[in-house]
Amino acid sequence: MAAISLREVTKRYPDGTEAVKRMTLDIADGEFMILVGPSGCGKSTALRMIAGLEDISEGELRIGGELVNDRAPKDRDIAMVFQNYALYPHMTVRRNMGFALELAGVDRATIRRKVEEAAAVLDLTQHLERKPAQLSGGQRQRVAMGRAIVREPKAFLMDEPLSNLDAKLRVQMRTQVSRLQRRLGTTTVYVTHDQTEAMTLGDRVAVMRGGVIQQVDPPEALYERPVNLFVAGFIGSPGMNFLPAAVEGATIRLPLASIPVDERLRARLADGRLPRSLIVGIRPEHFEDAALAGERRSRGITVRVTVDVVESMGSEIYVHFTVEGERATAGDLDELAGDAGGHDMVGAEQTEVVARLDRAARPREGETAELWIDTDRIHLFDPADGRCLTR
Amino acid sequence: MRHANPRERIGWGIAGAAVIVLALLPVAWILSLSFKTEAALKQSTLWPTEVTLDNYRGIFQTSLFTRALLNSIGIAVLSTLVAVLLASMAAYAIARLDFPGKALLVGASLTIAIFPQISLISPIFNIWRAVHLYDTWPGLILPYLTFSLPLAIYTLSAFFREIPWELEQAAQIDGATPFQAFWKVIAPLAAPGVFTTAILVFIFAWNDFLFSISLTSTDSARTVPAALAFFTGASQFQQPTGSIAAAAMVVTVPIILMVLVFQRRIVAGLTAGAVKG
Repeated sequence: MAAISLREVTKRYPDGTEAVKRMTLDIADGEFMILVGPSGCGKSTALRMIAGLEDISEGELRIGGELVNDRAPKDRDIAMVFQNYALYPHMTVRRNMGFALELAGVDRATIRRKVEEAAAVLDLTQHLERKPAQLSGGQRQRVAMGRAIVREPKAFLMDEPLSNLDAKLRVQMRTQVSRLQRRLGTTTVYVTHDQTEAMTLGDRVAVMRGGVIQQVDPPEALYERPVNLFVAGFIGSPGMNFLPAAVEGATIRLPLASIPVDERLRARLADGRLPRSLIVGIRPEHFEDAALAGERRSRGITVRVTVDVVESMGSEIYVHFTVEGERATAGDLDELAGDAGGHDMVGAEQTEVVARLDRAARPREGETAELWIDTDRIHLFDPADGRCLTR
Repeated sequence: MRHANPRERIGWGIAGAAVIVLALLPVAWILSLSFKTEAALKQSTLWPTEVTLDNYRGIFQTSLFTRALLNSIGIAVLSTLVAVLLASMAAYAIARLDFPGKALLVGASLTIAIFPQISLISPIFNIWRAVHLYDTWPGLILPYLTFSLPLAIYTLSAFFREIPWELEQAAQIDGATPFQAFWKVIAPLAAPGVFTTAILVFIFAWNDFLFSISLTSTDSARTVPAALAFFTGASQFQQPTGSIAAAAMVVTVPIILMVLVFQRRIVAGLTAGAVKG
């Protein structure tokens, strides 16, 4: 077990492109750190540099206080779980799990004991003599985990370990990974593009974009206080709604309505001032059916919208509606939209907004609904640089 | 697959039989000759009227044949071992590493494979004489390597490319040195490819006549295909037909056996190694 520390670590390819740019990150001993971001953000490259599978162009990498930049993977005492598991197809599950110990020259009895312990934890005991080809996807995934834990390494590195599983199994394994990490208390770096995994698993989450860390914080902080538009849009599902707004005196004018800049909002502004134009971020759950808002109604605003689509999830209801007018534009948002597979189908002159309502609400498609917005929870962003202006 | 109608089946049957007869009739004829007595050689019946093992006894009593057989086995086995060893390393590098001139190297080695061998015989003959490799085992093993390595490298690198790179990285992280990763993880998975390559090289070296007849002068390195040409009858009035037929059978059977045995291994190896990523 050990802390991992990256100091200004950069990965530069021969053609000059930088996959990771001056990344500085301190991962505490026993911490579960998630690297999350859209594809191509450098998260996997960063992990592979920690593993020693990629050279570090610049900067320092320390594992357990020791500088390991130039050490081969085998001398770093780390275990890795690969996205496609990379099990050795010609070896039984037992040998797959014990291979590292075998290479380290551990005696047979000890290998046997450790492999069987790990197999018991992962519910693989009856599969020990099988070959990977005879296992299901979930079982292979567990063998890959087993191979890592048998070694009792300084750190686990996981490269999207659950992305090859079907949705239901992924949720199960997510819980199991979390339980396992807490039990073993081994420092873990976990790469994923799935923000749900990031939010549920990590002690802290590092959101990456274009090779640069945007924000490193515990999941709740990331959700409540994103530093910029990119983090705000990436974390949360369904994502935060972004609407363009203009500041006119003491009011923020949205296409939907106007929000008064009152004392409470002013207190949340980091430097107390507002630029002329803004992007307002509202999370779906900060809407409510006006009739159900109750006494909270006094502090927010109420808007009337025409309901487009209603999705009932049982425990909650999602209401989609469109807002006319210019859509919010900023570099951060373009990248998020690009990652989600192109821009929304609605034109540039309207924005689709999602609101999450209590299941007691009865919205009807095509009809007008009165929605309350909790203005205490909205975020304000500077469209020029995407910075979040609210605390 | 659809079922062929009876007429089609008969047609295919006849075509197949024709090919088999065409390919195997000469072999059958030599087999028959090898069992015929001296007197019966001129008989034009396929089935020998009197079966004798004299021809086989005869060839194993002459040092010309036994020595040539020894040379054949030794030279072919050594060529195969060295070729497979070198080719695996080269193929591994070609499959895994990006080095300048890689495409050129692969291209050049393939050019060697299609180079007409006969055009190289006289230069090699002269060089071998000068460097004292003429009429020695290495003198044959070297040209065999030259001409079998390109194909061996090509086949093996195709096999290595099939093996996911992550396996090797996983091995490295598990604490393997690059050699251990190759030896314990990559090589076992490439075994079917190695067997295939080994068979190809062995057959090439075993069947070669051109180099053997040109680069040897005594029985110190002469292999069986070349030695057959030096067989003589019991007297100058006798043809060594029976002995040649027997010797031909002796050198053909091991090849057939080997292909049959290894073929099963290749298929077994291919299916055992299969795993979906």
